[in-house]
Amino acid sequence: MHSSLWLTFLLVVPLAGAIGAALTRKVEGRAYVVAIAASIVELVLSLVVAFLYNDHVAQAQTFDFATRHVLATPFGLAYDVAIDGISLLMIVLTALTVLLALLGARDRRQEPAFVAWMLLLTCFTMGSFLAHDLLEFFIFFELTLIPCYFIISQWGGCERSKAALKFFIYTFTGSAFLLIGILYLGFAHQHQVPGSALNFSYGALSATAMSHGTAVWLFLAFAIAFAVKAPIWPLHTWSPITYAEAPTAGSIEMSALLAKLGTYGLLRFAVGLFPLALVTMRPVVLTLAVIGILYGSMLACTTPDLKRFVAYSSLAQMGFITLGVMSGSTIATVGAVLLMFNHGVITIGFFLIIGFIEKRRGSILIKDFSGLQGPAPIMAALFTVVMLASIGLPGLSGFVSEYLILIGTFATHSWWAVVATFGVVAAALYLLWAYQRVFHGRAVGANAEIADATTHEQWVLVPVVVLIVVLGVFPKPVLDRVTPSVQQLIHHVAPSGVNK
Amino acid sequence: MKLVIPSIHYLAILPVLIFFGAALALVLASALARGKVPLVVATSTVVTAAVASLVANFFQWRCVAEAGASVTIAHAIVLDDFSVVASGVIALSVIMTALVAHDWAIRERVSGVEFHILALAASAGALLMTQANDLIVIFLGLEILSIGLYVLVAFDRHRATSSEAALKYFLLGGFASAIFIYGAALVYGATGSTNLSTISYFLGTNVLLHPGLLYAGGALLLVGFAFKIAAVPFHLWSPDVYEGAPTPVTGLMASIVKVGAFAALIRVLISALGTQLDTWRPILWTLIVLTTVVGASLAVVQRNVKRMLAYSSINHAGFILLGVWAGTIRGTSATLFYVITYAPIVVATFAVVTLIGGVGDEHHSIERYQGLARRQPWLGAALAILLLSQLGAPLTTGFYAKFAVLASVVDVGGGALALIALISAAIAAFFYLRWAMALYSDDGPEGTRVEVPRLTGIVIAFGVVVTLVFGVWPGPLVTLAQHATVLFTP
Repeated sequence: MHSSLWLTFLLVVPLAGAIGAALTRKVEGRAYVVAIAASIVELVLSLVVAFLYNDHVAQAQTFDFATRHVLATPFGLAYDVAIDGISLLMIVLTALTVLLALLGARDRRQEPAFVAWMLLLTCFTMGSFLAHDLLEFFIFFELTLIPCYFIISQWGGCERSKAALKFFIYTFTGSAFLLIGILYLGFAHQHQVPGSALNFSYGALSATAMSHGTAVWLFLAFAIAFAVKAPIWPLHTWSPITYAEAPTAGSIEMSALLAKLGTYGLLRFAVGLFPLALVTMRPVVLTLAVIGILYGSMLACTTPDLKRFVAYSSLAQMGFITLGVMSGSTIATVGAVLLMFNHGVITIGFFLIIGFIEKRRGSILIKDFSGLQGPAPIMAALFTVVMLASIGLPGLSGFVSEYLILIGTFATHSWWAVVATFGVVAAALYLLWAYQRVFHGRAVGANAEIADATTHEQWVLVPVVVLIVVLGVFPKPVLDRVTPSVQQLIHHVAPSGVNK
Repeated sequence: MKLVIPSIHYLAILPVLIFFGAALALVLASALARGKVPLVVATSTVVTAAVASLVANFFQWRCVAEAGASVTIAHAIVLDDFSVVASGVIALSVIMTALVAHDWAIRERVSGVEFHILALAASAGALLMTQANDLIVIFLGLEILSIGLYVLVAFDRHRATSSEAALKYFLLGGFASAIFIYGAALVYGATGSTNLSTISYFLGTNVLLHPGLLYAGGALLLVGFAFKIAAVPFHLWSPDVYEGAPTPVTGLMASIVKVGAFAALIRVLISALGTQLDTWRPILWTLIVLTTVVGASLAVVQRNVKRMLAYSSINHAGFILLGVWAGTIRGTSATLFYVITYAPIVVATFAVVTLIGGVGDEHHSIERYQGLARRQPWLGAALAILLLSQLGAPLTTGFYAKFAVLASVVDVGGGALALIALISAAIAAFFYLRWAMALYSDDGPEGTRVEVPRLTGIVIAFGVVVTLVFGVWPGPLVTLAQHATVLFTP
């Protein structure tokens, strides 16, 4: 076991960065420097944790860096952190996302409040991924709403108030179900172990015995909260307006990162804690996932603006992740975890480029653009790489994860996999068509004047492209860390879950 | 016939005596003094009395720790940790209100000590309710509390709404008191006593063949309480009264009435009628669903922040009732925890509203708050935090308060009820957030900065610090609330 101090540092660094940014607000631009420094430290820390974790996979195929301190016994409130391969990948994504989002939002460097909220959001998201206790997870999960709310409502587009409220109320309602579910589970566990104190630790609760009916209800309560967050069809209706109205850095945080909280929660908690429910619920959720894939692809074809376009394509991608998470196959689940990371990176790329274009043209409507690749060839090339990865071109990161999901799901639930495969084709359709409309053709007027990516913008996108290519060719280091943890989880779930 | 004077444990009733004594002292001072008693003297008398009461609470706590819970004055007054903590919360609310009211009185040029006398007397009534072990004593406390408040609500003579609110409060409150005392009479008829311990003993050792009388009496008592805590459908007075009353009075009402009424409600329902749990629970269930959902939904359409806070406090009352519904020790401790955390937040919120209301106490539309946080970052942030706490956001005490009552309900199998309440919190989030959003919006009315007087500033800061500190580290408060119910005996 490693010292849990590493994980505590992961929480403290962004918090300290946020406070530092708030304290240095008087000096112009200083807060931004502090924030960038904090996120670089955070990324380095997360990579250190990733490398340390590596040594331990072989010996203990379970949670590493674990610690637990009870804070308030009557509430069962505890500070309990631990990670396995799945959360490890999410931690690296969290650190990466905030760094790139802040670098991409260089024009906001005069706004200390903005960077402080971004760092707070990172702290809370990090907490959710580190939490090894359901109540602690819930608290961090809820806390992420507050920075998001302020980021959207203060720095968003013209309909920002509406978007922020819709986002908050939607998610808040979803988590109502989660809280009741967590409480119910906690008390069920307490009543089973006479004399024990109220306790929400993941390890303890996963051993709770329950009837099939209870498991189904609890699964539903958890799944609703996570389906809103992800979002999974039909609970996605908050996401297009929210992604479109949020400032670019906010959209990045929400779609690349917070959406993963939903699928991560679905895998870790809904699937991990209620294996009994899976027999009944698996076909339902798989069907919703497939509908999400097709529905998202369809709307991505028709949507008029670029941010909504990414929102709908994310809905389709989230469908793929959900498919993998629910499939009950190790391969597909590994693919889903990988896709969480890859989709994160790809979405960062999309939103960064869209943000750069929006800054130049003041519009994100597809019809306003044409022929951008003439005046801005580098931007077009970068967009192409990100787009091809999203389509799932072999050799780029999107391919590996989608392929794993589809073959894994085909082994356990073939028909759903067959239908979902149409989603891959549809992705090619809507992405290429959007690319065609924006970058091909003749650039006239303002489109011809558009400036190509600056050196700074190119450098911000370099990590994205590198990750897309490297994980497409050589995903082994990541797979090595993720697979044992997924196997563990599937093994825990399988006896009562999968027949094949 | 010989009159037997029951033995009196003076420490037990010391806080009540202190409050009444201070009120009397002010009455005498204003009668004897040449000219008017200065405001500073009046305010410091109130604060001193409340602090003295807190000190008395400390000794009471030690006494209970050593000798256990006890009853005195012919079993009519109880001294246990529950009452000690509840009295402490009341004293704290009084201190906060007195400080806010001081600045308010200077601004509104209110002279004289009537305000302070009435506030002290009303609080003494609330204190009495937390300790009452007899339906008659509860009624006494209720009346002392209410009569003081009727006058306080009407205190702003220049505003017609203030008198209107007082009249409405007085008429409806009078009915509620009558209903309550009628309920007490019926319960007496059914059980042969008005003493809560005796009722509990009687019901525990006898089976009522015809419980109709008891049920009717209990229902009427419940109606009386529901009126005081403004539970739907007995809430109709509350928005008008909250709006009409001088804002510091609204803060006082929102805090001490809740503490007193809930303490007494717990004693009646759990100590005295605990054996009838299965009978009153369904009624309470309906009451909670109505209170939380209607409170939150009607708050959404308000444009006046005081009305909005009235409906929000209705919603909160529904949440506090959850702990009573549970009917367990966990539920009682959760209820206590809720009122401990809610009282400072709500007084501090109304302190901000008092400031923004401006001279004449009339500017309470939400537009008035547009851009407040841009003009005055500290005041705006403080209000935002208080609102988030009322909403129940994590890292504030509001979250743990809701968590505690929900946990107690889920513990006894009330998952559906908890879910309904929590969804009402999501509805309530809508208006808290709309308000918070107004604070940070760009377009404000032509920026008049609001002067923050020192005492009011201290109160607001105290509310914010309490909600944040115990929001991060709820341990001590939880232990206090839990400990206060371990010794909770009728």
